[in-house]
Amino acid sequence: MTGEAITFYVFATVTVASAAIVVLARSLIYSAFALLFTFFGVAGLYVLLGADFLAATQLLVYVGGILVLLLFGVMLTHKLYDLDLRSEVTQFLPGLIVSAGLFAVLVLTFNKTQWAAGPGRPPAATTAEIGRLFMGQYILPFEAASVLLLVALMGAAMIVRRRKEA
Amino acid sequence: MIIGLQHYLVVSAALFSLGVLGVLTRRNAVNVLMGIELILNSANVNLVAFSRFGAGNLQGQMFAVFVIVIAAAEVAVALAIILTLYRLRHTPNLDDADILRG
Repeated sequence: MTGEAITFYVFATVTVASAAIVVLARSLIYSAFALLFTFFGVAGLYVLLGADFLAATQLLVYVGGILVLLLFGVMLTHKLYDLDLRSEVTQFLPGLIVSAGLFAVLVLTFNKTQWAAGPGRPPAATTAEIGRLFMGQYILPFEAASVLLLVALMGAAMIVRRRKEA
Repeated sequence: MIIGLQHYLVVSAALFSLGVLGVLTRRNAVNVLMGIELILNSANVNLVAFSRFGAGNLQGQMFAVFVIVIAAAEVAVALAIILTLYRLRHTPNLDDADILRG
């Protein structure tokens, strides 16, 4: 077993196991902190796939932004003296059957499909090339995404603002 | 043993299924949001894996960057909605959000 294989299995185990904790944990706080390890595991997989810029972005945006926002959500929708932040589970067995079936179908499809195997991209630094693509071929989606972020964040601030007269 | 495309696809399938399980079985809105994050991450793993083993360009990674942007916007708006719902109904459970008026 090569070093790459060992690293892959470590990251894959961390990712999937902590994702299972996210879904199955009784407490919301446990779920949130398990999500942290899922994001770290996915960032490790990105590094293994040679996507260094994306791994750094994953850590910055997901761990630094989205996870903190989710923790805000957990804290703000529960009273702080409410110590057991339980999250109720509903219809666990049908959900388990559906998602297990989905997993089986997906894995079966992945194994039966003959993927068009290209030359592949050997691991190399990607940041400069991604920057060039953003400023060249992908300039329109880039600008659209920036406008979308602005509108979405302003809209979010408008939605949660307390209205005086209401 | 060589780690190929299939390995990454199986990991992302597991992430996706767990995310679907979370969305289906949780009643708490914040927990459902965590399931959606898992689903988006599984899609990203797929995109980056195909970028690595596929045609040899960076298109998959570019797409993944845009998915991350959309995820950030989605979480901000969804949390705003959840907080407003909590202010109105004093519960974070989605089952109780069964009114159409404010």
